[in-house]
Amino acid sequence: MNVDPTLERMARGNGLALCATGTWTARFAGELEQMVSDAERLRGSRPNISIDVSQVSRLDTFGAWLIERLRRSLTQGEAEPRIAGLSADYSSLVDEVRRVKAMPAADTATVTITGMLEQVGRTMAGIGGTIVGLIDMLGGVLAASARVMTHPRSLRLTSTVHHLEQVCWRAVPIVVLITFLIGCIISQQGIFHFRKFGADIFVVDMLGVLVLREIGVLLVAIMVAGRSGSAYTAELGSMKMREEIDALRTMGFDPIEVLILPRMLALIIALPILAFLGAMAALYGGGLVAWLYGGVEPEAFLLRLRDAISIDHFTVGIIKAPVMAAVIGIVACVEGLAVQGSAESLGQHTTSSVVKGIFFVIVMDGVFAIFFASIGM
Amino acid sequence: MAGEVQNAIIRVRDISVQFGSTKVLDGLNLDVKRGEILGFVGPSGAGKSVLTRTIIGLVPKVSGRIEVFGIDLDAASSSERRAVERRWGILFQQGALFSSLTVRQNIQFPVREYLNVTQRLLDEITFAKLGMVGLRPEVADRFPSELSGGMIKRVALARALALDPELVFLDEPTSGLDPIGAGDFDELVRTLQRTLGLTVFMVTHDLDSLYTACDRIAVLGNGKIIAAGSMADMQASQHPWLRAYFHGKRARAVMG
Repeated sequence: MNVDPTLERMARGNGLALCATGTWTARFAGELEQMVSDAERLRGSRPNISIDVSQVSRLDTFGAWLIERLRRSLTQGEAEPRIAGLSADYSSLVDEVRRVKAMPAADTATVTITGMLEQVGRTMAGIGGTIVGLIDMLGGVLAASARVMTHPRSLRLTSTVHHLEQVCWRAVPIVVLITFLIGCIISQQGIFHFRKFGADIFVVDMLGVLVLREIGVLLVAIMVAGRSGSAYTAELGSMKMREEIDALRTMGFDPIEVLILPRMLALIIALPILAFLGAMAALYGGGLVAWLYGGVEPEAFLLRLRDAISIDHFTVGIIKAPVMAAVIGIVACVEGLAVQGSAESLGQHTTSSVVKGIFFVIVMDGVFAIFFASIGM
Repeated sequence: MAGEVQNAIIRVRDISVQFGSTKVLDGLNLDVKRGEILGFVGPSGAGKSVLTRTIIGLVPKVSGRIEVFGIDLDAASSSERRAVERRWGILFQQGALFSSLTVRQNIQFPVREYLNVTQRLLDEITFAKLGMVGLRPEVADRFPSELSGGMIKRVALARALALDPELVFLDEPTSGLDPIGAGDFDELVRTLQRTLGLTVFMVTHDLDSLYTACDRIAVLGNGKIIAAGSMADMQASQHPWLRAYFHGKRARAVMG
């Protein structure tokens, strides 16, 4: 059924006939294009060229277009090559492709110095935009929470509990496992190096301070940014893409109140709980390694821990948690609402939600460290 | 359903599809003849889209046999399947355009994958296809999110037709188009069927499309084909749903 296509040159009368035969379809598009390009060079060589398609067994858009392209390129002034032997079935197809006009070429971006500078400028302006966006969202969330406080019944309790399950309850196993392992590693490394000075027991001080003040909350915040911040961005982003957020707005609901506040609330409740559980798991892991690897008896470990650690260390860690949760939540929601129509944009904003979330968490941690040091906690 | 149809391009035998405990299709038989436009109707939720998706292999079936171009799709090797897939085009209900590609890239995507042609020919074919589906060349560099619903349908049809398939599946092609646009679309499908020798499997609710574009109509109900035949057969049928469908107020308005 498929016959290889050909385009033969035959002398006919005082002119030249280009005889097309075989199957002129997409399947042979590569060969057809080659033959047509060769034939196009005949332009101007002879006055009277015609194209004979009577032997073509099948024709589709590709074939019809290539015949049309040949006809166009062989046209000189008013002398247009005749297309002969076109069957009635295919004439409408050829008429169809005849209507195709010369087309604009695809835009190709060229790399220039000014273009690169422009890109740098836009990125800098984008950073400013990001900060304004975050402050804007913070304001929106605070306003919404003020409204909810004056009308407590408007709080979406079911939604909040649902998100709490997602970000807190379901995160417990992985958070506990990872912090447990980190506790083990800190303890092992501490004992290994402190032993050289005969200071094994100080590993308890280090573990206590590090876990309760810094690692516990910071590590958990980073995990939550990766786990729940990305989920928030993807959820809100795909809702934005499907115009669900516009639908909410037209029904008279405030998307911040309906979608974002429950998520923020869930995160702010979840992070201190997870940070606490994480700190306990890390201390447990550290204690276990100190006992099995360092020979520090559990009683001695606990006694030392009680001396080395004051409640301040624990308070410092826990105070940071809800603030970090708020930062993660706001970044995730801003990025979610910034998603445009395409799948690619959803991916970009989810990535930048996690990256910015972690960045701001670490910046906040630094700010807190300065603050607590200056008030002597 | 009538017995064997000679020269069937799609041959569906006894297929059943189940979601959980709900049977959506129950021993369904259907033939689509080469070169015809088959209109496929049925109540909302009857499983029209499910049948389409089963034939193209997106929904697993419990039992039965599907042949497309005479090839049993269950028995086909992956290269045979690819060869079949290259010969059909599918217009999804929501368009299913790739959102991160422009219109031009969307249409060129299948061509670029399957054929070895120059960028120049790719562009020319893209503009030919855009012209065929009635779109201006300016839309070529827009993204799907910047198009109207009707334009998305047209671009999706252009993509379905990109490789000049022998068989196209259209899932509600005219829903969401204005009546003039829908009429043009029917005319377009007719023209393409005539010029390219296309076989069209069209799921539709548009009575106008059924009257003007379709050669044959099949009706789905209770997981089976309850009737198949010409428009005259449908109108003569005594089946209650068919009577309500083809003799209802909207049908009378279309028939004038």
